Amino acid sequence: MKKRILALVLLVCVLSAALTGCGGGSKEDSPENRKTANELNVGIAQDLDDSLDPHKAVAAGTKEVMFNVFEGLVKPTPEGDLVPAIAETYTISDDHLTYTFHLRQGVKFHNGDTVTAEDVKYSIQRCADATETGVLQVAAFSAVTKLETPDESTVVITLAEPANEFLSYLTCAVLPADYDRQDTAPVGTGPFRFVSRTAQDSIVLERFDDYWGTPAQLSKVTFKIIENADTIMMSLQSGAVDLFAHLTITQAEQLGEGFTVAEGTMNLVQAMYLNNGEKPFDDVRVRQALCYAVDKQGVIDQAFDGYGSPIGSSMYPAFAKYFDPSLTDYYSHDTARAKALLAEAGYPDGFSMTITVPSNYQPHIDTAQVIAQQLKDIGVTAELQLVEWGTWLSDVYAGRQFQSTVIGVDASNMTARALLERFTSTASNDFINYENAEYDALFAQAQASYDDAVQTAIYKQMERNLTENAANVYIQDMADLVAVRKGLEGVRFYPIYVLDLSALRYAG
Amino acid sequence: MKKNPYLTAGCLLAGLLAAMIVLGFFWTPYDPTAMSAEKFLSPSLRHLMGTDNFGRDIFSRVMEGAGTTLLIAVATVAIGLAGGILIGALTGYFGGLADEILMRLGDVLTAFPSILLALVIISLVGPGKTYNVVLSLGLVFIPSFARVTRTAYAAVREANYVKIAQLMGVPKARILLVHILPNTASTLLPAITIGFNNAVLAEASMSYLGIGVTPPDASLGYMLSEAQGMFTRAPWYALCTGLVIVLLVFGVGLIGEGLQRRSGEVI
Repeated sequence: MKKRILALVLLVCVLSAALTGCGGGSKEDSPENRKTANELNVGIAQDLDDSLDPHKAVAAGTKEVMFNVFEGLVKPTPEGDLVPAIAETYTISDDHLTYTFHLRQGVKFHNGDTVTAEDVKYSIQRCADATETGVLQVAAFSAVTKLETPDESTVVITLAEPANEFLSYLTCAVLPADYDRQDTAPVGTGPFRFVSRTAQDSIVLERFDDYWGTPAQLSKVTFKIIENADTIMMSLQSGAVDLFAHLTITQAEQLGEGFTVAEGTMNLVQAMYLNNGEKPFDDVRVRQALCYAVDKQGVIDQAFDGYGSPIGSSMYPAFAKYFDPSLTDYYSHDTARAKALLAEAGYPDGFSMTITVPSNYQPHIDTAQVIAQQLKDIGVTAELQLVEWGTWLSDVYAGRQFQSTVIGVDASNMTARALLERFTSTASNDFINYENAEYDALFAQAQASYDDAVQTAIYKQMERNLTENAANVYIQDMADLVAVRKGLEGVRFYPIYVLDLSALRYAG
Repeated sequence: MKKNPYLTAGCLLAGLLAAMIVLGFFWTPYDPTAMSAEKFLSPSLRHLMGTDNFGRDIFSRVMEGAGTTLLIAVATVAIGLAGGILIGALTGYFGGLADEILMRLGDVLTAFPSILLALVIISLVGPGKTYNVVLSLGLVFIPSFARVTRTAYAAVREANYVKIAQLMGVPKARILLVHILPNTASTLLPAITIGFNNAVLAEASMSYLGIGVTPPDASLGYMLSEAQGMFTRAPWYALCTGLVIVLLVFGVGLIGEGLQRRSGEVI
């Protein structure tokens, strides 16, 4: 009897396994079959567990994926310009206070609804008020005094004072007004529509056939979450994924025949971010000592085989207009000077510190290892603490419970403000607790000036302020190595951290 | 006593590795964490096991890493053994309800794969610290040691010399520790070697999964996981590290086997 029951159980197991295999009637998930079906598997290093709602997402990795799903009135191009998206045309009044947007006719949301001026108003209002839990306030929208919709397809935005970068902020995603499930089933207007997310496993996007512009080439894209660096290589080589961005040089070199490696810039400010609010990093001399002790080029050579551009402040070279190359070598590698500064600050024998690093980002772990090694020379013992991505977001970024962390910080839109505003003392995302009155004043000044040249000059002063006060130990803008299976083309690099899938296609 | 090739070979092998490890505590050919521009050198006389992606000498790292692994394994076995003997001795000697409850609890614990259980404990106490690995593994190892000890105690409990000691009014603690414990050695020693090997492998798997030691510290498991990412570029890294784990486990395994055979002869 027992044997029979066992046999029955086994039979059920086998059957269910067989049936799952048939699920969806799809063929085996191989690169060839995906090519035939015009589908693509993309590997990403982290799950999108902050929020799928574009107004709530904080992680660069989340925004990178959802860039394909959402659009604003305008959107960025690979060249760094802004082009009309949901808006077809816009005019800016001579006093730079009134922006009038004429919406493109018949732009559809992924749920089939047509985009109206009301939706645009709702979306901007939502980010301006940020009364809804989790919505991140867009400070630039606080200058908006009036938000009018004279007709179905016109939006008029009136500002209290001229704001140079205001247009860049209108890349802010436009969402349907009466829809409350953005968190789990996001709806936008982008070339791809969101299909599903399986936590810790995958995110599926499909081509949106009613897209207003050039439709995407691929019919379906599956993002596979692969947090382990070793698994990344295996999944590329085994054919589980066709594209993986942000590889290390060691990984890229091992790819072999089947892949091409596209090289761009990561557009991240990679640094050892220091908690300025906590001992011993509340002392500027200690921070400066670390800056002198860390040899950026050494890090790049040691861990990245020389690929990467050293930086000296919270700005990366892709923002050519704002980037100040003279800051890069402000702290030239000088161990003796670092030691003297430490002694002056009361740490003649150095101290112990912890570098918290998200365990799913091998480049940051490697960087931290080299830094820890370099810090030994000035008597500072740095211990690495590897944490999960979710823990990093909650403890380090949101909770500010850390001493130092190696991470790359992105710009959410193409303005210097997107990188620099976070270090003002009132910014909610000032996770390093940087507080500098002069910096705050400069920022206010930058916002008040409409003249582009003046504003750029002030932003450069802000960068200098961060460098002089050694807010962080700035390292580099990493080289972005993207592995693409041979036969795929159309990888485009932007001056911000996004992965644009709309132009990707199988050649031939 | 007859020749015992297992024991001899095991002692030789484990002794050799132990000598290397002990030496590693005081001296390594290079600083195990010192980086250099000589990356991915294949094994040579200068770098016996080559260098890794940071230009660190793998042999020095193996010496250091094996030391970490060894210490973790020894500490784990010590915790497991101490807890196991305590529980096993009490339950085996006294029996009764407490025995039932503790042994069933042990069953529940052993029902989980030990790595999984250690993972749960690690996530409770927080990862990244060597002593957390030791603690979690040690706790996981207690039930198996407790079971072995209990069986031995339960068997010896009925022996005449124990009964006589009881009649003479020898204190219970003395009976447990002085009279019975030495006589369980033949069962416990092989159990210790097996436990040691399991601990080495468990540490390797945990560090391999990224929850054991943290970089730049080395342990064999962590190095193996590092090596995997560069297997096609530096195959010697994975091979050398893996080989050391295999040899260590094999050597101690031989000792265990030898001990078991010897005790078989005695009885």
